[in-house]
Amino acid sequence: MKIEVNGLRVDYHDVRAIDGMTFSLDAGKIYGLLGRNGSGKTTLLSVLAGFRRESGGTVRVGGRPVFENPEVTREVCLIGDAGETIDIDKVEDAIYFAEWLRPHWDAAYAEELLDRFGLERKMSVKALSKGKRSALGVVVGLAGRSPLTMFDESYLGMDAPSRYVFYDALLADFMEHPRTVILSTHLIEEVGSLLEEVMIIDRGGLVLHEESQTMLSRGTSVTGPADRVEAFTGGLTVLNTRRLGSTASATVYGDLDDARRRQAREAGLELGPIAMQDLFAYLTEPAGDAAPAGPPADVPAEGTPSATPSGDAR
Amino acid sequence: MFDDRSPIYRQIADRIKADVLSGVLKGDEQVMSTNQYAAFYRINPATAAKAFQQLVDEGVLYKKRGIGMFVSPAAPEVLRAQRRESFFTDVVDPMVAEARAIGIPLGDIVRRITETGGHG
Repeated sequence: MKIEVNGLRVDYHDVRAIDGMTFSLDAGKIYGLLGRNGSGKTTLLSVLAGFRRESGGTVRVGGRPVFENPEVTREVCLIGDAGETIDIDKVEDAIYFAEWLRPHWDAAYAEELLDRFGLERKMSVKALSKGKRSALGVVVGLAGRSPLTMFDESYLGMDAPSRYVFYDALLADFMEHPRTVILSTHLIEEVGSLLEEVMIIDRGGLVLHEESQTMLSRGTSVTGPADRVEAFTGGLTVLNTRRLGSTASATVYGDLDDARRRQAREAGLELGPIAMQDLFAYLTEPAGDAAPAGPPADVPAEGTPSATPSGDAR
Repeated sequence: MFDDRSPIYRQIADRIKADVLSGVLKGDEQVMSTNQYAAFYRINPATAAKAFQQLVDEGVLYKKRGIGMFVSPAAPEVLRAQRRESFFTDVVDPMVAEARAIGIPLGDIVRRITETGGHG
Protein backbone atom coordinates (compact mmCIF):
# COMPACT_ATOMS: atom_id res chain seq x y z
CA MET A 1 0.00 0.00 0.00
CA LYS A 2 1.33 3.37 -0.94
CA ILE A 3 1.70 5.93 1.81
CA GLU A 4 1.82 9.68 1.32
CA VAL A 5 2.53 11.96 4.24
CA ASN A 6 2.59 15.67 3.74
CA GLY A 7 3.55 18.25 6.37
CA LEU A 8 2.44 15.92 9.16
CA ARG A 9 2.20 17.48 12.60
CA VAL A 10 1.14 15.76 15.78
CA ASP A 11 0.69 17.59 19.07
CA TYR A 12 0.06 16.15 22.50
CA HIS A 13 -1.43 19.16 24.25
CA ASP A 14 1.45 21.62 24.12
CA VAL A 15 4.13 19.08 23.12
CA ARG A 16 4.84 18.73 19.43
CA ALA A 17 5.69 15.07 18.83
CA ILE A 18 5.93 15.31 15.05
CA ASP A 19 6.85 18.54 13.42
CA GLY A 20 6.35 18.76 9.68
CA MET A 21 7.14 15.37 8.16
CA THR A 22 6.81 14.79 4.42
CA PHE A 23 7.58 11.51 2.72
CA SER A 24 6.06 8.85 0.54
CA LEU A 25 6.49 5.09 0.70
CA ASP A 26 5.96 2.68 -2.18
CA ALA A 27 3.88 -0.45 -2.02
CA GLY A 28 5.71 -3.75 -1.70
CA LYS A 29 8.88 -2.73 0.11
CA ILE A 30 10.31 -3.36 3.56
CA TYR A 31 11.07 -0.12 5.33
CA GLY A 32 13.05 0.46 8.49
CA LEU A 33 11.99 3.24 10.82
CA LEU A 34 14.92 4.19 13.02
CA GLY A 35 14.93 6.77 15.75
CA ARG A 36 16.05 7.27 19.30
CA ASN A 37 13.66 6.86 22.21
CA GLY A 38 11.09 9.63 22.13
CA SER A 39 11.89 10.61 18.54
CA GLY A 40 8.29 10.08 17.42
CA LYS A 41 8.41 6.58 15.90
CA THR A 42 5.41 5.20 17.75
CA THR A 43 3.43 8.40 17.22
CA LEU A 44 4.11 8.25 13.49
CA LEU A 45 3.11 4.59 13.22
CA SER A 46 -0.04 5.23 15.28
CA VAL A 47 -1.06 7.92 12.82
CA LEU A 48 -0.39 5.63 9.83
CA ALA A 49 -2.50 2.96 11.52
CA GLY A 50 -5.33 5.39 12.16
CA PHE A 51 -5.03 5.01 15.95
CA ARG A 52 -4.36 8.69 16.31
CA ARG A 53 -5.51 11.71 14.39
CA GLU A 54 -2.98 14.06 12.83
CA SER A 55 -2.98 17.61 14.22
CA GLY A 56 -1.92 19.04 10.88
CA GLY A 57 -0.87 18.03 7.40
CA THR A 58 -2.24 15.10 5.43
CA VAL A 59 -1.82 11.35 5.63
CA ARG A 60 -2.94 9.10 2.75
CA VAL A 61 -2.75 5.33 2.90
CA GLY A 62 -3.64 3.69 -0.37
CA GLY A 63 -4.67 7.14 -1.56
CA ARG A 64 -7.24 7.68 1.18
CA PRO A 65 -7.29 9.33 4.61
CA VAL A 66 -6.82 6.72 7.31
CA PHE A 67 -8.30 8.16 10.50
CA GLU A 68 -11.80 6.79 11.21
CA ASN A 69 -11.84 5.22 7.79
CA PRO A 70 -12.59 1.51 8.21
CA GLU A 71 -12.09 0.85 4.50
CA VAL A 72 -8.43 1.69 5.04
CA THR A 73 -7.81 0.57 8.62
CA ARG A 74 -9.02 -2.91 7.73
CA GLU A 75 -6.02 -3.13 5.39
CA VAL A 76 -3.55 -1.85 7.98
CA CYS A 77 -1.98 -3.71 10.89
CA LEU A 78 0.21 -2.24 13.62
CA ILE A 79 1.75 -4.61 16.15
CA GLY A 80 3.02 -2.70 19.16
CA ASP A 81 5.99 -3.34 21.39
CA ALA A 82 3.92 -5.30 23.89
CA GLY A 83 3.13 -7.89 21.24
CA GLU A 84 -0.49 -8.97 21.48
CA THR A 85 -2.03 -6.10 23.37
CA ILE A 86 -5.52 -7.37 23.70
CA ASP A 87 -5.74 -9.11 27.04
CA ILE A 88 -7.75 -11.90 25.72
CA ASP A 89 -8.19 -15.24 27.45
CA LYS A 90 -6.27 -17.83 25.47
CA VAL A 91 -3.95 -17.86 22.48
CA GLU A 92 -6.71 -19.38 20.36
CA ASP A 93 -9.03 -16.51 21.32
CA ALA A 94 -6.45 -13.99 20.20
CA ILE A 95 -6.11 -15.87 16.92
CA TYR A 96 -9.89 -16.08 16.52
CA PHE A 97 -10.20 -12.36 17.14
CA ALA A 98 -7.43 -11.53 14.66
CA GLU A 99 -9.04 -13.75 12.02
CA TRP A 100 -12.31 -11.93 12.51
CA LEU A 101 -10.59 -8.51 12.13
CA ARG A 102 -8.28 -9.26 9.22
CA PRO A 103 -9.69 -9.80 5.74
CA HIS A 104 -6.45 -11.34 4.39
CA TRP A 105 -5.93 -13.74 7.32
CA ASP A 106 -4.26 -17.05 6.46
CA ALA A 107 -5.32 -19.54 9.14
CA ALA A 108 -3.02 -22.35 8.01
CA TYR A 109 -0.05 -20.01 8.02
CA ALA A 110 -1.01 -18.80 11.52
CA GLU A 111 -1.02 -22.41 12.74
CA GLU A 112 2.38 -23.00 11.25
CA LEU A 113 3.78 -19.85 12.88
CA LEU A 114 2.33 -20.70 16.30
CA ASP A 115 4.11 -23.99 16.03
CA ARG A 116 7.39 -22.41 14.96
CA PHE A 117 7.32 -20.03 17.92
CA GLY A 118 6.36 -22.76 20.36
CA LEU A 119 2.96 -21.26 21.15
CA GLU A 120 0.06 -23.53 22.06
CA ARG A 121 -3.56 -22.69 21.46
CA LYS A 122 -4.59 -23.35 25.05
CA MET A 123 -1.94 -21.14 26.63
CA SER A 124 -3.28 -18.19 28.60
CA VAL A 125 -2.24 -14.90 26.99
CA LYS A 126 -1.89 -13.19 30.38
CA ALA A 127 0.45 -15.88 31.62
CA LEU A 128 2.71 -15.75 28.58
CA SER A 129 6.32 -14.68 29.05
CA LYS A 130 7.33 -11.40 27.44
CA GLY A 131 9.02 -13.24 24.60
CA LYS A 132 6.03 -15.50 23.89
CA ARG A 133 3.72 -12.54 24.04
CA SER A 134 5.85 -10.75 21.46
CA ALA A 135 5.82 -13.91 19.35
CA LEU A 136 2.02 -13.99 19.44
CA GLY A 137 1.98 -10.40 18.21
CA VAL A 138 4.33 -11.36 15.40
CA VAL A 139 2.09 -14.30 14.43
CA VAL A 140 -0.92 -11.98 14.26
CA GLY A 141 1.07 -9.44 12.23
CA LEU A 142 2.42 -11.95 9.72
CA ALA A 143 -0.65 -14.15 9.25
CA GLY A 144 -2.81 -11.03 8.83
CA ARG A 145 -1.05 -10.33 5.52
CA SER A 146 -2.23 -6.72 5.72
CA PRO A 147 -1.18 -4.65 2.69
CA LEU A 148 0.38 -2.29 5.24
CA THR A 149 1.96 -4.21 8.11
CA MET A 150 3.90 -2.39 10.81
CA PHE A 151 5.94 -3.87 13.63
CA ASP A 152 6.80 -1.35 16.32
CA GLU A 153 9.62 -3.01 18.26
CA SER A 154 7.33 -6.02 18.33
CA TYR A 155 10.16 -8.48 18.67
CA LEU A 156 12.08 -6.68 21.40
CA GLY A 157 11.02 -9.15 24.04
CA MET A 158 12.00 -12.15 21.96
CA ASP A 159 15.29 -13.98 22.42
CA ALA A 160 17.78 -14.13 19.54
CA PRO A 161 16.74 -17.53 18.13
CA SER A 162 13.07 -16.45 18.09
CA ARG A 163 14.00 -13.20 16.40
CA TYR A 164 15.78 -15.12 13.67
CA VAL A 165 12.66 -17.24 13.21
CA PHE A 166 10.77 -13.98 12.79
CA TYR A 167 13.25 -12.52 10.27
CA ASP A 168 13.22 -15.69 8.19
CA ALA A 169 9.42 -15.95 8.27
CA LEU A 170 9.01 -12.28 7.41
CA LEU A 171 11.36 -12.46 4.43
CA ALA A 172 9.91 -15.70 3.07
CA ASP A 173 6.32 -14.52 3.42
CA PHE A 174 7.13 -11.07 2.06
CA MET A 175 8.61 -12.63 -1.07
CA GLU A 176 5.53 -14.79 -1.57
CA HIS A 177 3.05 -12.07 -0.68
CA PRO A 178 4.71 -8.69 -1.25
CA ARG A 179 3.25 -5.93 0.90
CA THR A 180 4.39 -2.74 2.55
CA VAL A 181 6.19 -3.53 5.79
CA ILE A 182 7.54 -1.02 8.27
CA LEU A 183 9.85 -2.25 11.00
CA SER A 184 10.63 0.14 13.79
CA THR A 185 13.64 -1.14 15.64
CA HIS A 186 16.64 -0.56 17.87
CA LEU A 187 18.22 -3.81 16.70
CA ILE A 188 19.73 -2.16 13.68
CA GLU A 189 22.60 -4.56 13.11
CA GLU A 190 20.22 -7.52 13.02
CA VAL A 191 17.48 -5.97 10.96
CA GLY A 192 19.52 -3.72 8.65
CA SER A 193 20.01 -6.22 5.85
CA LEU A 194 16.25 -6.93 5.66
CA LEU A 195 15.46 -3.34 4.78
CA GLU A 196 15.13 -1.95 1.30
CA GLU A 197 14.81 1.61 2.53
CA VAL A 198 15.57 3.35 5.78
CA MET A 199 13.90 6.33 7.40
CA ILE A 200 15.67 7.99 10.29
CA ILE A 201 13.66 10.34 12.41
CA ASP A 202 14.86 12.54 15.23
CA ARG A 203 13.02 14.99 17.47
CA GLY A 204 9.84 14.66 15.47
CA GLY A 205 11.48 15.37 12.11
CA LEU A 206 12.66 13.22 9.23
CA VAL A 207 16.46 13.25 9.12
CA LEU A 208 17.02 10.82 6.27
CA HIS A 209 15.03 8.66 3.89
CA GLU A 210 17.28 6.57 1.69
CA GLU A 211 17.68 3.20 0.09
CA SER A 212 19.57 1.30 2.76
CA GLN A 213 22.41 0.15 0.52
CA THR A 214 22.83 3.69 -0.80
CA MET A 215 22.94 5.01 2.73
CA LEU A 216 25.65 2.49 3.60
CA SER A 217 27.69 3.29 0.51
CA ARG A 218 27.64 6.98 1.44
CA GLY A 219 29.10 6.51 4.89
CA THR A 220 32.88 6.31 4.92
CA SER A 221 35.45 6.38 7.67
CA VAL A 222 38.64 8.29 6.91
CA THR A 223 41.55 7.34 9.12
CA GLY A 224 45.12 8.58 9.25
CA PRO A 225 47.32 11.40 10.55
CA ALA A 226 45.01 14.01 12.02
CA ASP A 227 46.16 16.93 9.90
CA ARG A 228 45.72 14.98 6.67
CA VAL A 229 42.30 13.69 7.74
CA GLU A 230 41.33 17.27 8.46
CA ALA A 231 42.59 18.51 5.11
CA PHE A 232 40.83 15.72 3.23
CA THR A 233 37.49 16.04 4.98
CA GLY A 234 37.30 19.83 4.71
CA GLY A 235 34.12 20.65 2.81
CA LEU A 236 32.63 17.20 3.38
CA THR A 237 29.81 16.40 5.77
CA VAL A 238 31.67 15.12 8.83
CA LEU A 239 29.37 13.31 11.25
CA ASN A 240 31.90 12.38 13.86
CA THR A 241 35.61 12.52 14.58
CA ARG A 242 37.58 10.42 17.02
CA ARG A 243 41.21 10.87 17.89
CA LEU A 244 43.87 8.59 19.22
CA GLY A 245 47.11 10.51 19.72
CA SER A 246 48.09 11.94 16.36
CA THR A 247 45.69 9.67 14.48
CA ALA A 248 42.18 10.76 13.64
CA SER A 249 39.23 8.88 12.25
CA ALA A 250 36.42 10.88 10.72
CA THR A 251 33.03 9.60 9.60
CA VAL A 252 31.92 11.39 6.47
CA TYR A 253 28.57 11.14 4.75
CA GLY A 254 28.33 11.70 1.02
CA ASP A 255 29.44 10.18 -2.26
CA LEU A 256 33.19 9.91 -2.68
CA ASP A 257 34.06 9.46 -6.33
CA ASP A 258 37.04 7.46 -7.56
CA ALA A 259 39.20 10.57 -7.86
CA ARG A 260 38.57 11.47 -4.23
CA ARG A 261 39.24 7.91 -3.14
CA ARG A 262 42.52 7.86 -5.03
CA GLN A 263 43.41 11.19 -3.48
CA ALA A 264 42.81 9.71 -0.03
CA ARG A 265 44.97 6.68 -0.73
CA GLU A 266 47.76 8.88 -2.07
CA ALA A 267 47.60 10.94 1.12
CA GLY A 268 48.09 7.72 3.08
CA LEU A 269 44.54 7.73 4.43
CA GLU A 270 42.56 4.59 5.02
CA LEU A 271 38.95 4.53 3.83
CA GLY A 272 36.49 2.11 5.37
CA PRO A 273 32.78 1.42 5.51
CA ILE A 274 30.50 2.47 8.35
CA ALA A 275 27.95 0.14 9.90
CA MET A 276 24.30 1.22 9.69
CA GLN A 277 24.05 1.43 13.46
CA ASP A 278 27.02 3.80 13.67
CA LEU A 279 25.63 6.02 10.92
CA PHE A 280 22.33 6.09 12.77
CA ALA A 281 24.03 7.02 16.03
CA TYR A 282 26.03 9.85 14.43
CA LEU A 283 23.04 11.21 12.51
CA THR A 284 20.94 11.42 15.66
CA GLU A 285 23.64 12.21 18.20
CA PRO A 286 22.53 14.20 21.20
CA ALA A 287 24.43 17.36 20.47
CA GLY A 288 23.11 19.93 22.86
CA ASP A 289 20.18 21.94 21.62
CA ALA A 290 21.53 23.04 18.27
CA ALA A 291 20.74 20.00 16.19
CA PRO A 292 17.87 20.72 13.89
CA ALA A 293 16.63 17.69 12.05
CA GLY A 294 17.35 18.04 8.38
CA PRO A 295 18.70 16.14 5.41
CA PRO A 296 22.23 14.79 5.93
CA ALA A 297 23.77 17.46 3.76
CA ASP A 298 22.61 19.94 6.36
CA VAL A 299 23.70 17.95 9.37
CA PRO A 300 25.99 20.31 11.19
CA ALA A 301 29.30 18.77 12.14
CA GLU A 302 28.92 19.82 15.72
CA GLY A 303 31.31 18.57 18.29
CA THR A 304 33.65 17.41 15.57
CA PRO A 305 37.10 18.91 15.98
CA SER A 306 37.87 18.36 12.32
CA ALA A 307 35.22 20.86 11.32
CA THR A 308 37.35 23.68 12.64
CA PRO A 309 40.87 23.82 11.29
CA SER A 310 42.80 23.94 14.52
CA GLY A 311 45.93 22.12 13.47
CA ASP A 312 47.05 18.94 15.13
CA ALA A 313 49.09 20.49 17.93
CA ARG A 314 48.69 18.38 21.03
CA MET B 1 26.24 -13.39 7.72
CA PHE B 2 27.78 -10.24 6.27
CA ASP B 3 30.49 -8.06 7.66
CA ASP B 4 30.15 -4.31 7.56
CA ARG B 5 32.03 -4.00 4.30
CA SER B 6 29.03 -2.46 2.66
CA PRO B 7 27.19 -2.67 0.39
CA ILE B 8 25.94 -6.24 0.60
CA TYR B 9 25.12 -6.53 -3.09
CA ARG B 10 28.77 -6.00 -3.93
CA GLN B 11 29.71 -8.79 -1.53
CA ILE B 12 27.22 -11.16 -3.15
CA ALA B 13 28.50 -10.22 -6.59
CA ASP B 14 32.07 -10.84 -5.44
CA ARG B 15 31.15 -14.28 -4.12
CA ILE B 16 29.48 -15.29 -7.35
CA LYS B 17 32.48 -14.03 -9.29
CA ALA B 18 34.79 -16.03 -7.04
CA ASP B 19 32.68 -19.15 -7.69
CA VAL B 20 32.88 -18.55 -11.42
CA LEU B 21 36.66 -18.06 -11.26
CA SER B 22 37.21 -21.19 -9.20
CA GLY B 23 34.97 -23.24 -11.47
CA VAL B 24 32.31 -23.97 -8.85
CA LEU B 25 29.90 -22.24 -11.22
CA LYS B 26 30.40 -23.20 -14.83
CA GLY B 27 29.44 -21.52 -18.09
CA ASP B 28 25.71 -21.77 -18.89
CA GLU B 29 25.03 -23.12 -15.41
CA GLN B 30 21.95 -21.70 -13.68
CA VAL B 31 22.55 -19.74 -10.48
CA MET B 32 20.12 -19.68 -7.56
CA SER B 33 17.24 -17.21 -7.74
CA THR B 34 17.35 -13.82 -6.04
CA ASN B 35 14.72 -15.07 -3.61
CA GLN B 36 16.83 -18.08 -2.71
CA TYR B 37 19.82 -15.83 -2.16
CA ALA B 38 17.72 -13.42 -0.11
CA ALA B 39 16.39 -16.18 2.13
CA PHE B 40 19.80 -17.83 2.51
CA TYR B 41 21.66 -14.65 3.41
CA ARG B 42 18.70 -13.12 5.26
CA ILE B 43 18.70 -9.99 3.11
CA ASN B 44 16.11 -7.95 1.30
CA PRO B 45 15.32 -9.47 -2.12
CA ALA B 46 15.81 -6.07 -3.77
CA THR B 47 19.39 -6.07 -2.49
CA ALA B 48 19.99 -9.55 -3.92
CA ALA B 49 18.43 -8.46 -7.22
CA LYS B 50 20.83 -5.55 -7.33
CA ALA B 51 23.79 -7.90 -7.07
CA PHE B 52 22.45 -9.97 -9.96
CA GLN B 53 21.76 -6.88 -12.05
CA GLN B 54 25.33 -5.73 -11.51
CA LEU B 55 26.59 -9.11 -12.72
CA VAL B 56 24.33 -9.00 -15.77
CA ASP B 57 25.65 -5.50 -16.57
CA GLU B 58 29.20 -6.77 -16.29
CA GLY B 59 28.43 -9.71 -18.57
CA VAL B 60 29.07 -12.34 -15.90
CA LEU B 61 25.46 -13.55 -15.90
CA TYR B 62 22.70 -13.54 -18.48
CA LYS B 63 18.94 -13.73 -18.07
CA LYS B 64 16.59 -16.21 -19.63
CA ARG B 65 13.15 -14.69 -19.39
CA GLY B 66 10.91 -16.63 -17.06
CA ILE B 67 13.58 -19.20 -16.23
CA GLY B 68 16.34 -17.46 -14.34
CA MET B 69 19.96 -16.38 -14.40
CA PHE B 70 22.84 -18.26 -15.98
CA VAL B 71 26.61 -17.91 -16.05
CA SER B 72 27.85 -16.41 -19.31
CA PRO B 73 30.11 -18.88 -21.13
CA ALA B 74 32.72 -16.14 -21.52
CA ALA B 75 32.55 -15.12 -17.83
CA PRO B 76 35.51 -17.12 -16.50
CA GLU B 77 37.84 -15.66 -19.12
CA VAL B 78 36.44 -12.13 -18.72
CA LEU B 79 36.92 -12.28 -14.96
CA ARG B 80 40.40 -13.71 -15.30
CA ALA B 81 41.33 -10.88 -17.66
CA GLN B 82 39.94 -8.33 -15.18
CA ARG B 83 41.93 -9.88 -12.36
CA ARG B 84 45.08 -9.87 -14.48
CA GLU B 85 44.56 -6.20 -15.17
CA SER B 86 44.31 -5.28 -11.51
CA PHE B 87 46.85 -7.82 -10.29
CA PHE B 88 49.79 -5.42 -10.16
CA THR B 89 47.92 -2.56 -8.49
CA ASP B 90 46.01 -4.83 -6.10
CA VAL B 91 48.66 -7.40 -5.21
CA VAL B 92 52.16 -6.41 -6.27
CA ASP B 93 52.18 -2.70 -5.45
CA PRO B 94 51.02 -3.14 -1.84
CA MET B 95 53.59 -5.90 -1.39
CA VAL B 96 56.38 -3.66 -2.65
CA ALA B 97 55.17 -0.85 -0.36
CA GLU B 98 55.13 -3.23 2.60
CA ALA B 99 58.63 -4.51 1.74
CA ARG B 100 59.93 -0.93 1.62
CA ALA B 101 58.28 -0.07 4.93
CA ILE B 102 59.91 -2.97 6.75
CA GLY B 103 63.23 -2.85 4.89
CA ILE B 104 63.23 -5.91 2.66
CA PRO B 105 65.41 -5.29 -0.43
CA LEU B 106 63.50 -5.75 -3.68
CA GLY B 107 66.25 -8.13 -4.81
CA ASP B 108 65.21 -10.54 -2.02
CA ILE B 109 61.63 -10.48 -3.28
CA VAL B 110 62.66 -11.12 -6.85
CA ARG B 111 64.87 -14.04 -5.70
CA ARG B 112 61.98 -15.52 -3.71
CA ILE B 113 59.61 -15.21 -6.65
CA THR B 114 62.09 -16.89 -8.97
CA GLU B 115 62.60 -19.71 -6.46
CA THR B 116 58.88 -20.36 -5.90
CA GLY B 117 58.22 -19.98 -9.60
CA GLY B 118 60.85 -22.65 -10.24
CA HIS B 119 59.08 -25.02 -7.84
CA GLY B 120 55.63 -24.38 -9.18
